[in-house]
Amino acid sequence: MLQNKIQDVFNEPGCGKNQSKSDKERKKGCTKALQPGGAAGGCAFDGAKIALQPITDVAHLVHGPIACEGNSWDNRGSKSSGSQLYRTSFTTDINELDVVYGGEKHLFKSIKEVIDKYDPPAVFVYQTCVPAMIGDDIEAVCKAASQKFATPIIPVNSPGFVGAKNLGNKLAGEALLDYVIGTEEPEYSTPYDINIIGEYNLSGELWQVKPLLDHLGIRVTCCISGDARYHDVAQSHRARANMMVCSKSMINIARKMEERYQIPFFEGSFYGISDTTESLREITRLLIQQGAPEELRERTEALIAREEARAWQRIAEYTHRLRGKRVLLFTGGVKSWSVVSALQEGGMEVVGTSVKKSTKEDKEKIKELMGQDAHMIDDLTPREMYKMFQEARADVLLSGGRSQFAALKNKMPWVDINQERHHAYNGYEGMVNLVKQIDLALYNPMWTLLRKAAPWDIREARA
Amino acid sequence: MSTVVQNRKACTVNPLKMSQPIGGALAFMGIADCMPMLHGSQGCTAFGLVLFQRHFNEGIPMQTTAMSEVATVMGGLDNIGIAILSIQQRTKPAIIGICSTGVTETKGDDVEGYLKNFRASHPELDQLALVYVSTPDFKDAFQDGWAKAVESMVKGLAEPSSARREGSVNFLVGSHLTAADIEELREISEAFGLEATILPDISGSMDGHIPDDFTPNTLGGTPVEAIRRMGEAELTIALGEQMRPAAEALMTKTGQPYVLFDRITGIEATDQLLDCLSQLSGQPVPGKYRRQRSQLIDAMLDGHFFFGGKKIAIGAEPDLLWNIGSWFNDMGAIIAAAVTTTHSPLLEQMPCAEVLIGDLEDLEARAGGCDLLITHSHGRQAAARLGIAFLRMGLPIFDQLGAAHRLSLGYRGARDLTFEIGNLLMAQEAENRPDSWPLPLEDHDAHAPFALG
Repeated sequence: MLQNKIQDVFNEPGCGKNQSKSDKERKKGCTKALQPGGAAGGCAFDGAKIALQPITDVAHLVHGPIACEGNSWDNRGSKSSGSQLYRTSFTTDINELDVVYGGEKHLFKSIKEVIDKYDPPAVFVYQTCVPAMIGDDIEAVCKAASQKFATPIIPVNSPGFVGAKNLGNKLAGEALLDYVIGTEEPEYSTPYDINIIGEYNLSGELWQVKPLLDHLGIRVTCCISGDARYHDVAQSHRARANMMVCSKSMINIARKMEERYQIPFFEGSFYGISDTTESLREITRLLIQQGAPEELRERTEALIAREEARAWQRIAEYTHRLRGKRVLLFTGGVKSWSVVSALQEGGMEVVGTSVKKSTKEDKEKIKELMGQDAHMIDDLTPREMYKMFQEARADVLLSGGRSQFAALKNKMPWVDINQERHHAYNGYEGMVNLVKQIDLALYNPMWTLLRKAAPWDIREARA
Repeated sequence: MSTVVQNRKACTVNPLKMSQPIGGALAFMGIADCMPMLHGSQGCTAFGLVLFQRHFNEGIPMQTTAMSEVATVMGGLDNIGIAILSIQQRTKPAIIGICSTGVTETKGDDVEGYLKNFRASHPELDQLALVYVSTPDFKDAFQDGWAKAVESMVKGLAEPSSARREGSVNFLVGSHLTAADIEELREISEAFGLEATILPDISGSMDGHIPDDFTPNTLGGTPVEAIRRMGEAELTIALGEQMRPAAEALMTKTGQPYVLFDRITGIEATDQLLDCLSQLSGQPVPGKYRRQRSQLIDAMLDGHFFFGGKKIAIGAEPDLLWNIGSWFNDMGAIIAAAVTTTHSPLLEQMPCAEVLIGDLEDLEARAGGCDLLITHSHGRQAAARLGIAFLRMGLPIFDQLGAAHRLSLGYRGARDLTFEIGNLLMAQEAENRPDSWPLPLEDHDAHAPFALG
């Protein structure tokens, strides 16, 4: 069953990267075989949890030993405008007896306790490696519990060992498609309803974009899954258009919603000024195509003109300080070309960018932006990255938390652009903020002090 | 004396506990030029890695055997060999510390047998130390994983020796000591002219310093060679009850005597430690520590007003709970709620009515009306909901800086802790108001206030 699901998400017709592969390659899936002693990423369970945890009002129950939840809970910056239940951690914390006798009853009792104590609109149950190995059938338990407690209990079958994070994102999407989306009808809908898919509201950055949409009268009926409510997800099939962000992590949701509910989608991004503008235009275009009044276009253009100008004006205050600064951009999922263009807009030079998860088209776009000899990095070992900064071949590193020390330990500035970051970088506001953060990092007076040798080292060197 | 209770819930809510394998991995991180590795799915390592990175603000050396579904079901022993060869080729560590996980223990991989064969067929790796420890996720807790890893290191590496090096002492330290605690411990023993081998020594690797060059392995810690020679020391001092099995193992292997101190914080605990070192070295206690002892006494005099009768709720692993709980008891505070993760002989001796093996939901339910909540960073939501003062202690601390440099060992540690917590409690004291002392409501004899006819 799970194997069929995995083959199904690997065979994603909506994914450009996938379509450029041969049949044989495609069967192998979209993640490289993991190398013992040389792997570093999260597992499929991690990916599924990341994708769904931002749904704020449901209880997320992890069926497994303490490691899967105890070592990792409440560690992401997904923000909520309402319920905080998603930040409460639930796990069956299975023990030796469960491993011997099976953990299904333990899971069932846990679901009951969660419902009795917290009364959520739904419970999401995550499968992990150990119960998958001993044959716990979480689908069956969830089905029985749904009936018994008259509450949707959603199985998320994505145990860690089936693959990497990205696969988990997609399996999470499948769980929503199979058990949640389309199971409820909204009270009303409008021609201005959209869903945003693949946006997790890290640091609350959805709220940097929402005011723009609010201003245009466009209603985000559901964001999957940042700041989402269960019922919004269940009713999201009545939106008029879908926007898919964050590269390809949830493309299966967008494509299958088009198939099943005739909701057209486009792939866009709110990282960078031109991308934000492009995305607003696309949303408007799709909504008009779906029957919204023409006048929306004019209002959108007016807003774009005003907000772009306002952003440029604020960025211009930094350009003279940032001109010519060399940036090494090392991102995971975020579409690197969209950030590349934004940094160039700020006067900076991008000396290298990772393309580990980029598609062929993405790479073409990077070449367009950075020239034919664009320094595209498929994978950079920590040692190579460390060396780059040791030799000062870049002035600042923009990356996720893991690689920060390549820059910091060389007394070079680093700006966090990954999941655990404290700053929000979406939309026009976000780009102004990113440029500001880079400026703050680069021009902190501390660097001069740190790079100066101790007096005795200088004296000893002279002697 | 307390009753030890295990919660009876099916569902753990807001875990206090973390898993064994990463406790073992952290112990291996206290060894120099080491690559810790979990034998499990790559996620097992990734979660631990992110957790430690956020706690220490350091790059974390930690590898995985990257068990796939097929390897998990068919047996993943070959993955261990492939991983060792790959690590050896890329990072050339002095030692690889291998911890099993729930995934591989469910299948029941015989790792020890496999490693024996692997050794035999790879004589070129004779210089590489390999230590394996069995740490299934579905049993025990973080502290147990740490303790078992240290025990495995002692069993696997320490060599029997009849030679005794004068002025040489071993410390086996529990997972409740921070890098700062270990640094203080080393400084104290050096002040007595003693040469200390501290196992594991995360103050060398996880203290946050700028290395001269890049290494993918640990940046410092106990050298493997020093572990091999632990049998030559005059005495082994174990800090924390969790270190008893490791100390026993060392004694069995090398015939070396040991003493165990179950506390590191407080005047009496420090007196005992310093007295032991003084007798061992034949040196008087240095003036510096006599001065610090006197400062601690003064801090306790100044601070005790704010501790007396205060109700404290603590969620921590057994040795940390024992250490900090006993210290609060010394200061006149009341342990109103104590929740821990795993069994320990110390729990029954805790100076409180009950110790619960449970989670942070249990602690939150018991902490209502307390003056202070103490646990790791995951207690932040509970503290906010309860509206009480919150002190982060233990691991992980991911929303504050400097977790590795919090000192609670020695006179200085206790002195600064007295001030820090005293200040927290002082800030909690409510001001008196006109209605602070109401009379009981059923006082019928009271006069009606100025009733006019």
